[in-house]
Amino acid sequence: MSKFKTFPKGGVHPPDNISGTGNRPIRNASLPTHAVIPMSQHIGAPAECIVNVGDTIEEEQLIGKSTGYVSVPVHSSIPGKVVEIKEIYLPHGKKSQAVVIELGGEFKRMGKPQKQSDWTGLSEKEIIERISSMGLAGQGGATFPTHVKLVLPEGKKCDYLLVNAAECEPYLTSDQNMILEKAEEILEGLKILKKLLSPREIIFAIESNKPEAAGVMAAAVEKSDLDVRIDILKTKYPQGAEKNIIKSCTGKEVPSGKLPLDIGMVVLNVETVYSVYEALVFEKPLVERVVTVSGGAVKAPETFRVKIGTTYRQLLEECEGLIEEPAKVISGGPMMGFGVFDLDTPVTKGTSGILFLTKKEVKAAKQTSCISCGRCIQACPMGLNPSDINKHSLNFLFEEAQDMGLLDCVECGSCAYVCPAHIPLVQSFRMGKNQLRAIMMQKKGAK
Amino acid sequence: MIDTKKLTVSSSPQIHSADSTAKIMWTVVLSLVPAGIWGVYIFGMSALVVILVSIIAAVAAEALLGLINKEVTVNDGSAFLTGLLVGYNMPPQVPLFIPVVASLFAIVVVKWSFGGLGANWMNPALAGRVFVFFSWTGPMTKWLLPITGGADAVTGPTPLGSLKSAYFATSLNVSGPIEYLQSEGLPVTYKDLFIGNIPGSIGEVSALLLLLGALVLVARKILTWHVPVAYIGSFAFLIWMFGGVRMGTGLFSGDVLFHILSGGLMLGALYMATDMATTPLTAKGNIIFGIGCGFLSFLIRIFGSLPEAVSLSIIVMNIFVPVIDRYTKIKRFGYGEVKEKSGE
Repeated sequence: MSKFKTFPKGGVHPPDNISGTGNRPIRNASLPTHAVIPMSQHIGAPAECIVNVGDTIEEEQLIGKSTGYVSVPVHSSIPGKVVEIKEIYLPHGKKSQAVVIELGGEFKRMGKPQKQSDWTGLSEKEIIERISSMGLAGQGGATFPTHVKLVLPEGKKCDYLLVNAAECEPYLTSDQNMILEKAEEILEGLKILKKLLSPREIIFAIESNKPEAAGVMAAAVEKSDLDVRIDILKTKYPQGAEKNIIKSCTGKEVPSGKLPLDIGMVVLNVETVYSVYEALVFEKPLVERVVTVSGGAVKAPETFRVKIGTTYRQLLEECEGLIEEPAKVISGGPMMGFGVFDLDTPVTKGTSGILFLTKKEVKAAKQTSCISCGRCIQACPMGLNPSDINKHSLNFLFEEAQDMGLLDCVECGSCAYVCPAHIPLVQSFRMGKNQLRAIMMQKKGAK
Repeated sequence: MIDTKKLTVSSSPQIHSADSTAKIMWTVVLSLVPAGIWGVYIFGMSALVVILVSIIAAVAAEALLGLINKEVTVNDGSAFLTGLLVGYNMPPQVPLFIPVVASLFAIVVVKWSFGGLGANWMNPALAGRVFVFFSWTGPMTKWLLPITGGADAVTGPTPLGSLKSAYFATSLNVSGPIEYLQSEGLPVTYKDLFIGNIPGSIGEVSALLLLLGALVLVARKILTWHVPVAYIGSFAFLIWMFGGVRMGTGLFSGDVLFHILSGGLMLGALYMATDMATTPLTAKGNIIFGIGCGFLSFLIRIFGSLPEAVSLSIIVMNIFVPVIDRYTKIKRFGYGEVKEKSGE
């Protein structure tokens, strides 16, 4: 029995591969000569571009305005001139409008002494407005607009504020390295969130394979007047999945089809908390983030602080290039990240890592028949039967698949990771979910 | 620099545990090798020939069907494993057409006519064995005595087979199977049973080597404890309770050790009742399956007239697998303690 907290069922243990980049200082990546800034960097409606080709842009200038409640604005990460507005493919395969800015002119913040503003006088509404106007979206990878997560529904109270620093995806060390450098700032961010949400308890959750970061955080909490419970979680994927980390820390289960907020939980990625701090204390919009560039094909893996809009190509060059031909280039972690086919893809608000994986690391193989070994069932953290759902989905029995819990699938990939027949289960579930949505729309239309 | 056209772009997860069906099958084959070597050592080269003929027949059938179906599946090792298990379930001096028929029945009828690997609902090797057992019962029940030391081959009954006659004797005055066999002039010790110094099918005799092989599989996470423990545990319990009844020694006097170590129980419980395709998916289901096997094995062995308890029990339980899977639901995340259907 492990002494660390964890969720009871499922999960897998891929090698974490964090020794190359973990526990090292974050390096500032050099400025992009051309920043490619997409209007859609979050879940929800894309921002609306408000600049034109030829416009001169200041650092942190608003270039895309929010188009609804579930939408966030976009700011320029560098000063310069708009040279092009074009359509690009984002890693998840969807198209987005993007503004290309050529570096030029003066930085108003970077390299200058920063003046702090006092947030303690702000009302709750003003804090939310600031977070929304600074373009904050969850930086763990799902990029849900932060302000939406922080508005408690009428009558609901926040029991726990949970800081997700599990970083359960292999290779990624952005969160852990950030904690080493910015523990106090993160705590300041938590004070802001405490004022906003008045939670009963604040929990800081981190996996047991990052003892240094956990130690630094504990020391910072010790010195601070803020009460934070530090939970050390068992190193197991997907420990950082929202519903699972809630279960690990509090024993509570978010009911199927509900949000954490429905049971009084607010879960934020640790880097998002840092961005809240920067937004409130420096009025700084989300224009840079920490990115782990790693993988067996990279010569010198490193964790970088990167201006949004910097291309993958440039970051690879900063890692001194490749030592081997990669089989896959991944945006995000290897378990839930996206395969990329264009190195000119830019870093966005949700890019936690860029991985150049060798054939040996990918371990792809030809698909064979299901032998009913049941390993996918053992691996599923949601208590589903992936084998059965897959078979129904592939036979177009989507509503039956829904009864079996298709919509509860969080697409963590644990089932497909362990499948000895190499069946692309997650791909099948994504297809099934899309078909199911179409069926539901049709039914709605028929009524 | 990267040739981006060569990059693989696929749905997540982007990495894999590197396990594969072929790896599992070949590991199981390797773990079975020591028990086979022991069989050849005590029964002579004819045992080796039987094993090889079984494997060749199974692999050839698989290759041919693969060719017809334009699907190369020989490399995955599953046909090799089926052939190996057919061989292990044969008496050492069986006429060679019998293992050939058993292997062909296993691969062609039981496995491929239902769709090949993973789609069969009955353990192919066992179905093959049962088919030839009932078709050619004579040669399938003629056993070689161990001939270690190079003595001439002599046939005789298996300990379990001769014990069956005790059940029909009018008066018995023995304390258990070991003493009965002694009185019949077929002395056997627990040690003989454990290391495999007894007549029997080629691969089933050495409980020791089968257990060691299974331990390797447990360590490699190919085998879980559920079926073997539930099977052997429930069987042992029932034997202890009722095993003595037919010997005239009353309740709670069954010779558990004798029954666990004799017949094909070890091979069955460790290797045949644990075939992934023909057992339930969940841990709970596997425990139910194992208990069912244990119950049927006990029933046939103590009260049936055939010594063929293990094979029949397992293939009967194979039939129940879909039902077991249907009624052993997994606890889903986010549904609380009360099970409710989505959508209500």
